[in-house]
Amino acid sequence: MLNNWKKWLLGDGEVLDDLPAPREIPDLSREKIKEKNRQKALEIENKAWIKRLVRAESRGFHIAYIVIAVLSCIGMIGVLLFLIGNLPNYGQENPRTLEVVTRYVEKGLEETGAVNIVSGMILDYRAFDTLGESHVLFTAFVCAMILLRQDYRNMHSPVDDFRSLIGDEYFDLSKDTILQESGALLGSWIFLFGIYVLLNGQNSPGGGFSGGAIMGTGLIIFAASFGMARVDKFFTRKLFFNLVFLSLAFYNFAKGYVFFMGANGLENHIPKGTPGALLSGGLILPLDIAVGIVVACTMFGFYSLFRRGSIGGKIEP
Amino acid sequence: MNVIHNFPLFTVLLSLFSGVLCTRLSNKAAKYYTAVLQVLLMALSASVFFYTLQTGPFTYVLGEFPAPWGNELRAGVLESMMALFFLLVLFCSCIGGWHFLDEDIDESKHNLYFSLIHLLTAALMALAWTNDIFTGYVFLEILTLTSCGILIVREIGRTTLAAVRYMILNLLGSGLFLLGVSFLYDITGHLLLVPMGDTIGQISGDPHEMMVLTLSLTFLTIGLSIKSGLFPFHFWMPDTYGWSTPGSASILSSLVSKAYIFLLFKIFYRGIGIEVFERMPLRNILFVLGLCGIFFGSVSAIRENNLDRMVAFSSAAQIGYIYVGIGIGGSAGYTAAIFHIMAHGLTKSLLFLSAPRLAEASGNSLLFKNLTGSGLRNKSAGFFFLMASFSMIGIPGLAGFSSKLLFAYTALYSGSNLKWLLTMLMLSISSLLNTLYFIRTDIRIYNSSFDRQALGEKEPGENGQAPGALSPAGSENPAIPEAPAADSSEEMAPLPLSKADKGQKGRSAAPDYIVPATILILLNIFLGLYSQGIADLINIGLKGF
Repeated sequence: MLNNWKKWLLGDGEVLDDLPAPREIPDLSREKIKEKNRQKALEIENKAWIKRLVRAESRGFHIAYIVIAVLSCIGMIGVLLFLIGNLPNYGQENPRTLEVVTRYVEKGLEETGAVNIVSGMILDYRAFDTLGESHVLFTAFVCAMILLRQDYRNMHSPVDDFRSLIGDEYFDLSKDTILQESGALLGSWIFLFGIYVLLNGQNSPGGGFSGGAIMGTGLIIFAASFGMARVDKFFTRKLFFNLVFLSLAFYNFAKGYVFFMGANGLENHIPKGTPGALLSGGLILPLDIAVGIVVACTMFGFYSLFRRGSIGGKIEP
Repeated sequence: MNVIHNFPLFTVLLSLFSGVLCTRLSNKAAKYYTAVLQVLLMALSASVFFYTLQTGPFTYVLGEFPAPWGNELRAGVLESMMALFFLLVLFCSCIGGWHFLDEDIDESKHNLYFSLIHLLTAALMALAWTNDIFTGYVFLEILTLTSCGILIVREIGRTTLAAVRYMILNLLGSGLFLLGVSFLYDITGHLLLVPMGDTIGQISGDPHEMMVLTLSLTFLTIGLSIKSGLFPFHFWMPDTYGWSTPGSASILSSLVSKAYIFLLFKIFYRGIGIEVFERMPLRNILFVLGLCGIFFGSVSAIRENNLDRMVAFSSAAQIGYIYVGIGIGGSAGYTAAIFHIMAHGLTKSLLFLSAPRLAEASGNSLLFKNLTGSGLRNKSAGFFFLMASFSMIGIPGLAGFSSKLLFAYTALYSGSNLKWLLTMLMLSISSLLNTLYFIRTDIRIYNSSFDRQALGEKEPGENGQAPGALSPAGSENPAIPEAPAADSSEEMAPLPLSKADKGQKGRSAAPDYIVPATILILLNIFLGLYSQGIADLINIGLKGF
């Protein structure tokens, strides 16, 4: 008993001893690659121009490089400060900049039906930019899929694959009670708050991008605390892609319809609703929902890609 | 309002939608859908082109809110001509690059590649039609991301490295562009180009305002010139173009960097006002940098031993030509620059599509020593490469000659003796250098028994590589085909090499190469023979720009 107490006092608890050690795998392929790279590096080092470069570096080229970099940064900062100091004043003192802003502020509510003028601006006055902006996120997501989704080209070897599985198992915190309890508590509230921000985009600060980001965070917390397998059960790959596709397609067609009608001088028959109510702002609410879904999906998609190199479980053929 | 007025919007919306749709399609469906959609978009742009030729330019309000408040598209002769040109080259590059997709891109990611192609099309269309500087910025971002995407899709170490470098420089350019845009917004209070130009016209008399304006415009111009690869920023070109899959290389070199320059034109003409711009010293700096780009690009191209990298360095030189045109100024200078955008786009895409086919007939190696006689093994690729290189050198009857002639004329009548002298000098030097490296290539690919010892040639790799660019894998051992397995991917299952493995002959008469190459070369000849007509059209477009 005294021994145990001493152990506890010194902190040599059994808890640490019982943790499984990462299994040792003789990683032959990796060793081979390393050896090859070492040889290649030696070959390169022996090349004449590399030798010249190394000599130049020892002669102070490196220092000169740093000095030039620092000097050009300072120069850039100086130019920017000078420029900002000389910019014309903003607001009442500079009447020519007021033409556009005045209408947004004074007539925004009447023309867009949204209490939140920013939402009215980005989703009604300048909706074409926002159309592009929501596709920027999608484009980034496609690029991330190309880079990170596992396929026969970017998996090094079966050994590596096996290692990553082991790693996932080892670092999987889904058996951690504290994390699970707080995850369940926080995740659901965060998700709810995301929906609130999303739905109130036309009346208060918020909207599709911010609400979607919060919802995505809720999903990520849920996945982190309960494990990816639990999320995969309801958030499959098919559902993921269908949601993104339907949201963006809806966005595209709804906005295309408004652009088309507006440009041709036709009435677009979209009711503006009572300002301040949930159903107000014309198309702003549905568009916000579409953008929110896309943002939440892509946020979670990035997390899933970075964590295990696939979306919705299985590695694709 | 004519129904044609809606077509510019449709081109953007359709391609954005298709970008999303392609992630849901199978590989084969995505491939054919891309080709069909591009033909449709071409038809739309062509009808806008012929419509604007007859009735003049029109603006298209996006939504209910007119110009200074809402977004706007604008279609004139020049915009529709550029859109048509972008789509034509895009179509040819996509079809011409089909053959290499199986080899270069993983099977599960073909549809993602086509998705990116559609998003890139949308960005190009939006940049061609937009009348708003911030819409320009948004779609510029899409263009940046998609161009990195179609580069990394090959998933070998080198493309990832090249993409990271390309991405960093591009983001630097985007950042500077955004700084410029926000300064311009602060000065004028407008984001739409026409009201912005009007406001700047009012304040251009004030020297203090002009100084602020010049600095803001400098940021914006530096940003776009980094993205398009003007002289001190051209070092990303060889890796980016040299290692990407052929279709991507062709799109990146002949469209993406040109779209940035076209946006620059738009800002100069409408956002700043061309008279105000011509009073700024910025023009002369662009002129000098353009001249440097021509010289150093050509010199680097001569030093290359890898065909794709040589062609890529020659792109740096051609971008220099375009900036020289801007630097000479006057409507003739801008006409020459825009003409060169088209001439170079048509030629360079043909070169980038032909070079890998020559390599395919030489054990998948792009190194000069292995390319000997490849034009005889793959006759069609050899012929088209020859024609394209003649156009680059400037043989009369082809587009390259006409654009050089236009530059010479422009410089003669520019009214500045120094610029005239420098341009003529650089034109002759550059033509000489162009001839040097292209004729060297042509002789090599058409010579079946190239006697290396008789010429006393040194082993390549030692003197040819520029510092910072490591020698390509397999350069020491010509027997090993230069497969995409360059870095750590060597442990993978052996990649399916090209069809050339089945015999050194390569595919001589494949329709997916012959058709786009024939379109490109016919357009090139058309541009060469009817250069005056095209230049007049550009001039009309610029007048109403």
